[in-house]
Amino acid sequence: MTEPMVPISTVPTVERAGLWRRLIGRPVASISLAVLAIWVLLAVLSPWITPYSPDATSLDATNAAPNAVNWLGGDRSGRDILSRLIAGAGDALESTLIATAVAIAIGVTAGLVAGYYGRAIDSIASWVANILIALPGVIILIALYAAVGSSTRIAMVALGVLLAPNFFRLTRGLVIGVRNELYVDAARVSGLGDARIIGRHVLSAVRAPVIVQAAFAAGVAISLQAGLAFLGLSENNKASWGAMLQEGFANLYIAPLQIVWPGLALGIVVSALVLLGNALRDTLEGARPRPRRRGESGRLRRVIDPAEEGDDALLTLSGLSVAYPTRKGTTTVVDDVSLEVRRGEIVGLVGESGSGKTQTAFSVLGLLPEEAIVTSGVLTFRTRRPRSGTVRLLGRSVAYIPQEPMSNLDPTFTIGAQLMYGIRAATGRSRAQARREALALLERVGIPDPARTFASYPHQISGGMAQRVLIAGAVASDPELLIADEPTTALDVTVQAEILALLHGLQKERDMGVLLVTHNFGVVADLCDRVVVMRQGRVVETGTTIDVFQRPRAEYTKELLGAILDVDVVRERVDSEEGRVAAAESSAAGTKGAGSR
Amino acid sequence: MIAFILRRLAAGVVLVLVVTALTFFLVYAGGNDIAFRILGDGATPEAAAELAQRLGLDRPVPVQYWDWLTGAVSGDFGQSFFGPEQVGATLAIRIPVTLSLVAVSIVLTAVLGIVLGVSSARRGGTLDRATQVVSVVGFALPSYWIALVLVLTVALPFPRLFPATGYVAPDVSTTGWVLSIALPSIALTIGGVATIAQQVRGSMVDTLRLDYIRTLRSRGIPERAIVYRHALRNSAGPALTVLSLQFIGMLGGAIIIERVFALPGIGTLAATASLRGDIPVVMGVVAFAVFVVVVVNLLADITQGLLNPKVRVGS
Repeated sequence: MTEPMVPISTVPTVERAGLWRRLIGRPVASISLAVLAIWVLLAVLSPWITPYSPDATSLDATNAAPNAVNWLGGDRSGRDILSRLIAGAGDALESTLIATAVAIAIGVTAGLVAGYYGRAIDSIASWVANILIALPGVIILIALYAAVGSSTRIAMVALGVLLAPNFFRLTRGLVIGVRNELYVDAARVSGLGDARIIGRHVLSAVRAPVIVQAAFAAGVAISLQAGLAFLGLSENNKASWGAMLQEGFANLYIAPLQIVWPGLALGIVVSALVLLGNALRDTLEGARPRPRRRGESGRLRRVIDPAEEGDDALLTLSGLSVAYPTRKGTTTVVDDVSLEVRRGEIVGLVGESGSGKTQTAFSVLGLLPEEAIVTSGVLTFRTRRPRSGTVRLLGRSVAYIPQEPMSNLDPTFTIGAQLMYGIRAATGRSRAQARREALALLERVGIPDPARTFASYPHQISGGMAQRVLIAGAVASDPELLIADEPTTALDVTVQAEILALLHGLQKERDMGVLLVTHNFGVVADLCDRVVVMRQGRVVETGTTIDVFQRPRAEYTKELLGAILDVDVVRERVDSEEGRVAAAESSAAGTKGAGSR
Repeated sequence: MIAFILRRLAAGVVLVLVVTALTFFLVYAGGNDIAFRILGDGATPEAAAELAQRLGLDRPVPVQYWDWLTGAVSGDFGQSFFGPEQVGATLAIRIPVTLSLVAVSIVLTAVLGIVLGVSSARRGGTLDRATQVVSVVGFALPSYWIALVLVLTVALPFPRLFPATGYVAPDVSTTGWVLSIALPSIALTIGGVATIAQQVRGSMVDTLRLDYIRTLRSRGIPERAIVYRHALRNSAGPALTVLSLQFIGMLGGAIIIERVFALPGIGTLAATASLRGDIPVVMGVVAFAVFVVVVVNLLADITQGLLNPKVRVGS
C-alpha cells in the first residue's frame, strides 16, 4: 500500500481562467468526475434507495447467486449484497470526508503558518511532519484500535493526522514561494494585516494544488479504511466495502462472486479519485517533458577519408541545414552552412546568440539534441590515423570543449575517474596507463597539484580549474580537430586569457585544427587564422581574420565590429602577427602562478 | 560522512523514542479499562482492579513506559496478556515472514522500476505510455486489492502451483518458500514498480539533457556506460527517497496481505492482538515497525551519501 506517500505536486503558476473547461475536456477527467458523482449521489441517498435494509437477513438469500430478488445475490448471513454495497458507499464517503477534511485542516493551516512565519514554528512543524510521514499508517491505526476500540470515525481522524504532512509540505513550499514574490511585499507595504495577506494572496495560490492532493489523499483514505475493515478492525456488522471484502473472502471457495462486488466498487472509486487528481495536476502543470526520440533523418552524412599527402584539408562541411520540430511544422536554425577547417588552423565561428553557431558545432560533433533534424549536409573528414575496424570520429579524432565548465563535469565522479573513462574509451589503455596519462595531462594544462585535483570532485575545484580539466579531457584522445564552444565565456576575465593561451599552446604543439565558436571578436583577433560569421542560421561572411577585420564586406560584420569599443586596439593586434604570439606567450607565463585559485 | 551518519542515527533514536512513547501513552492510558477489556464485560470492579495491579497497570504510565523501554532495549518486550508467551519470542518467529516478503518485494520493485524507468526515459513511445498508465493504476489500487485479484485469478484456478495460503520457511524448502511468497510479493510489487519507474523516468529524462552527459558522449564513452554509470547514478537520489518511503508503505501493505494469504507474519499477529486488546503484543509490533523505519531511512541516507560526494566529502 502506498499510503502517506502521496506524490507532491508543485505548480508554479496557475492560470485559473478556463482551467475547469480544460479539465473537463480530458476524457479521463470527465469520466472520473462522472463516476465520483454517481458514488456521492448513491452515498447521500443510500438510506432511501437500498432495495432492502442492508442488515435485513433472509434465509433464501444466504449465499444466493445473483437473481431477480437479490440482483447481486446474498451474503453468508442472507443479507442483500446490493443494499450493503450502496450502504457501504455511504460509509466510504463519510470516512473519506473525515480523513481528508482533517488532513487538509491540519496540514494547510500548519503549512500556511510555518511557511509564512518561518523560523522556530517552521522548524518544529517540519520536524513533526517528518516524523508523521515516516510512520507506517496501518500499524499506527491497528495500535489505535487496540487503544480505543472500534470507531471508524476516530480511526479516520487519526488517518487524517497521518495524511496531514502531505498537505503541510505542499502548502509550506507554495507559501514560501509566494511570500518571496513581490506582490506579497507590496501588500505588506500597503499595510494589509497578515491574516488578510494569507487569505487573499497565499490561499489563492495554494488552492488548486491542495485539491489535487486531496484527490490522492481521499483515494488513500478509502483504501486504508477498507483494508482495516478487511482485517476485522471495524465496527461490528456495519455495512462497509471492507467488511464485505472480509466476509466475501471467508466465503471465497463457496461463492467467489461475493468478493468481486465490493472489490469492484472499491477499485472503481479509488481509481477515479487518483485519475482525477492526475488529470487535474496535468491540467495545472501543462505537458510533462517527453523523452526525446531519435529521428531517422537526424544524422549528418559523414564521409571519412584518409588524408592525402601534402594536403592539409581536415574538415569540410557543406550545405548543412538543421531544423527543429515546432507546433506548426519545423523551424530552421541552421540554413545551408558550409565551412572548412584545415589542419593546424584556428577558425573562428562568430555570431550573436541564436545565430546557429553552436548548432553548427554540435552538428559536426554529432551531438545535436535528439529532436533536431538534419535536413541536408555532408561532412567530410580527412584523417591521418590508420583506419582499423569501425571508424569513429567522436572521442578519437574530434574532441569538444564546452562553454560552462562546472555543468560539464559529472558531479558524482572524481576528476580523475572522469578523465580515465574518456582515455580508456578512446584508447583502450589499461587503468594504470590511463591514470598516468590523466596525471600528465593535468600537469600539461597547468594544474598546480595534479594528484590532488585528480582525486577531487568537481564541486571542490574552481571554474578556471574545471575548464583546464575539460581541456585535458578533450585533448586526451589526441584529436585532429578540436571544437571549442565559447570556452572562456563563463570564466573570470583574469582566467580567460590564460585559458586562451593554453588552447593556443596545445593547438601549436599537436598541430590540431580548431573550430572556435565565440561571439567575442577580441578572442578572434587573438587566436584565429580565419573567421566564419553567422547570422540567423546563415553564413554571411568568410575570410582570413586580417581581411575580415580590415575589409569587412557584409553589413552585419561591420555592425559587429563597430560594436567593439576598442576596435582600433583589436585591429592593431590583428595587424601584428608577432604581437599576437608574444601576447599569448606572456599570458601563458602567467598561467602557472595564477592557476591555483 | 561519519558525522553525517551519527546525526542521522541520533535522529533515528529520537524517532523511536517519540513514537513508542506516544503509542505507549495512547494504548496504556486506559488503566483499569484495559483490565475490563481483558476480563470481559461481566467482570467485577474488584477483579479488574486486582488484574490491573497484577499486570502493573495501576502504576503511572510514565513509570510503565520506562520499564517497558529498559526491557525493550535488552530484548524483553514483556508478556502477552492472554498467555504465557513472551512478546519478544513471538516477534522473533513472526518477523522473518514479514521481512522476507517485504525485502523480496522491495528488491523486485527497485530492479524492475529502474529498468522500466530507464527504458521508458530513453525509448519513449508505447513502453513509456504503458508505464504511465500502469503507474496510475498501481498507485491507485491498494496492494491488498491486487492480492485479492491474484487469489481470484491465479491461486484459485491453479491451486497446485501457487498456494493460496500458508508460508514455507526458506530453510525448509526453497522452492516452497518462493512459491508461498510469490503471489504476495507480486501484489506488493505491482504498485511500487510503477511509482519507482515514474520517478526514475522523470529524473533520467532531466539528467540525460544535462551538459555533462553531452560532454561525456563527446569523449566517445559508450552509451550503456553513459546511461547506467553516469545518468542513473545522478538520477538515483530522488528514486531512493521514494524507495525508502515505499518500503514503509509495503510494510503496511504486507500487514493486510498476510491476511489474504494466511501468512503467519507480523500483520496477522498485530490484527489478532489488536482485536482482543493484547496491548503488549501491539506495542512490540509498533516498536518493530518504527525500528524498521529508522533502519531503512538510515540505509537510504548512507546510500545517498555514497552516491553524492557533496553529502559525503563536503566542499
